[in-house]
Amino acid sequence: MFGFSRAQTIAFGVMLVLIVVSPYVLYPVFLMRVLCAALFACAFNLMIGYVGLLSFGHAAFFGMGSYVAAWTMKVWHVDASIAILFGAMTGAFLGFFLGYLAIRRSGIYFAMITLALAQMVYFFCLEAPFTGGEDGIQQVPRGFMFGVIDLSNDMTMYWVVASVFVAGFLLVHRIIHSPFGQILKGIRENEPRATSLGYRTDDYKLIAFVLSCMIAGAAGGTKALVFGIATLTDVHYSTSGEVVLVTLLGGLGTVFGPAMGALVVTSMENYLAQFGAWVTVTQGVIFMICVLAFRRGIIGEIGAFFKISL
Amino acid sequence: MIMIFGIPGPLLFGQLLLGLINGAFYAMLSLGLAVIFGMLNIINFAHGALFMMGAFASWMLLDYAGIGYFPALILAPLLVGAFGILLEKTIISRLYKLDHLYGLLLTFGLSLVIEGLFRNAYGSSGLPYRIPAILQGAMNLGFMYMPIYRGWVVLAAVVICFSTWAIIEKTTLGATLRAATENAPLVQAFGVNVPRLITLTYGGGVALAAFAGVLAAPIYSVNPNMGTNFINTVFAVVVIGGMGSILGSIVTGFALGVVEGLCKVFYPQASATVVFVVMVIVLLTRPRGLFGKAA
Repeated sequence: MFGFSRAQTIAFGVMLVLIVVSPYVLYPVFLMRVLCAALFACAFNLMIGYVGLLSFGHAAFFGMGSYVAAWTMKVWHVDASIAILFGAMTGAFLGFFLGYLAIRRSGIYFAMITLALAQMVYFFCLEAPFTGGEDGIQQVPRGFMFGVIDLSNDMTMYWVVASVFVAGFLLVHRIIHSPFGQILKGIRENEPRATSLGYRTDDYKLIAFVLSCMIAGAAGGTKALVFGIATLTDVHYSTSGEVVLVTLLGGLGTVFGPAMGALVVTSMENYLAQFGAWVTVTQGVIFMICVLAFRRGIIGEIGAFFKISL
Repeated sequence: MIMIFGIPGPLLFGQLLLGLINGAFYAMLSLGLAVIFGMLNIINFAHGALFMMGAFASWMLLDYAGIGYFPALILAPLLVGAFGILLEKTIISRLYKLDHLYGLLLTFGLSLVIEGLFRNAYGSSGLPYRIPAILQGAMNLGFMYMPIYRGWVVLAAVVICFSTWAIIEKTTLGATLRAATENAPLVQAFGVNVPRLITLTYGGGVALAAFAGVLAAPIYSVNPNMGTNFINTVFAVVVIGGMGSILGSIVTGFALGVVEGLCKVFYPQASATVVFVVMVIVLLTRPRGLFGKAA
């Protein structure tokens, strides 16, 4: 139903089993961070992998989603599901306006424009009163999901985050394998030809961008809920760079790459956190190795080895 | 006291000068980006980090070797430019056959490595660099007091920008460079060593960034993040100007610095975002950029 191939169905099954088993083995809060990063990377991968546009400003949508979810939880005391929904809507809304500007150019200019627009969002968040400036929005209560599920327990929260991730993952996969997704791939391969076939390519790119930003906003909202905090780091351009790294390492345009990349990068940050700026250096080195020698990424290489598409 | 639009003259001129200085850095950095992009088809994301290295090089020359500001103004760009040539030879040259985006990703990774290493070695609090004695003090221009060093920065930037322009537009070397940008295989067929030309272009662009870094050292404290703070705005400047013309990058850089300075006087809340707002307006009205050629 989601257009999985045989190999992908098996891989999806393995991923589900890992998601179910791992909280009994590993620290759930760490796993929730991985899942949020993975969902964010899936959203980003929708643009780079299937539309061929590199957005260097996805932190804007992730971060604003995080801020709005945190704010609605803390000030309006809404249900957790509504807060995540608000986060997603914020991402989509912002994505529509910024995307409308950015898709006027492609390639390298698209990357620079998204970076610059995200920087504008960053300065807005620095100045705007509702974000709390340098302090961010802190001590956001986790509250209840659907009014009944108490999220203060880490395990309960974990199952909610896992459900959000799987839903987002399947949504991205469904988008890619819909007729709409086929047209996106057509635009990526040969835009003039898609235009000559009568498709308004700019509209397709914009819709894809809005969908991607919506999922990024949902990831940001979920993250704010898990950690009870939304800060300037979420909108900072280093977060944009990180999601590029996660997707590149996992494998651009692969189905399972973003999740794999998120697992590796988040673990690395977790273990290197005590060494200060070495995290940045390691990230940079991974970037360079990926670009120079490892452009298919982890999942891409595994797929190439077994001659299957993952 | 002179009042202009209800603003005291000295305040207005002071901010204009600050804007002109920022504009000088925007111009030098976006010029280097444009030159490198023209030749290598790579957006050099590491430009900010190399700018920072220029500032650090001048600080190290003074601190470890006792070499002063003026020799550093020549030595630091040479050192960092040589480092750039090494980078191009060993790493960047492997990417020419790939999608341009890989160049962006590689140089982004490079900037993370460089900044991370400097942050490990020197912390992120910033190191002081004294203004050389001859450029200290202020000059009375009649309508305002101008700190001599700031005037010097604007002057040096204008001279270096226009020299770069003259080299590219008016010399034989520049003509070969422009020809290679248009059609590299053809120029190679005439016996020009195009790979070496590409290496030199990258080294030159990097040296330009390092020169800007030395100029910036006494104004901003020398710290590992100083390049990143600039480079994001410089990308917006590049989008506004378009990368088609050398003169365009220079003019756009200075003009946007002045706009930013004026914004600090009349509406300070928006001064951090005004460049991006200009970019939005340009994208809506002239998506190719003010000086961009139709691709």
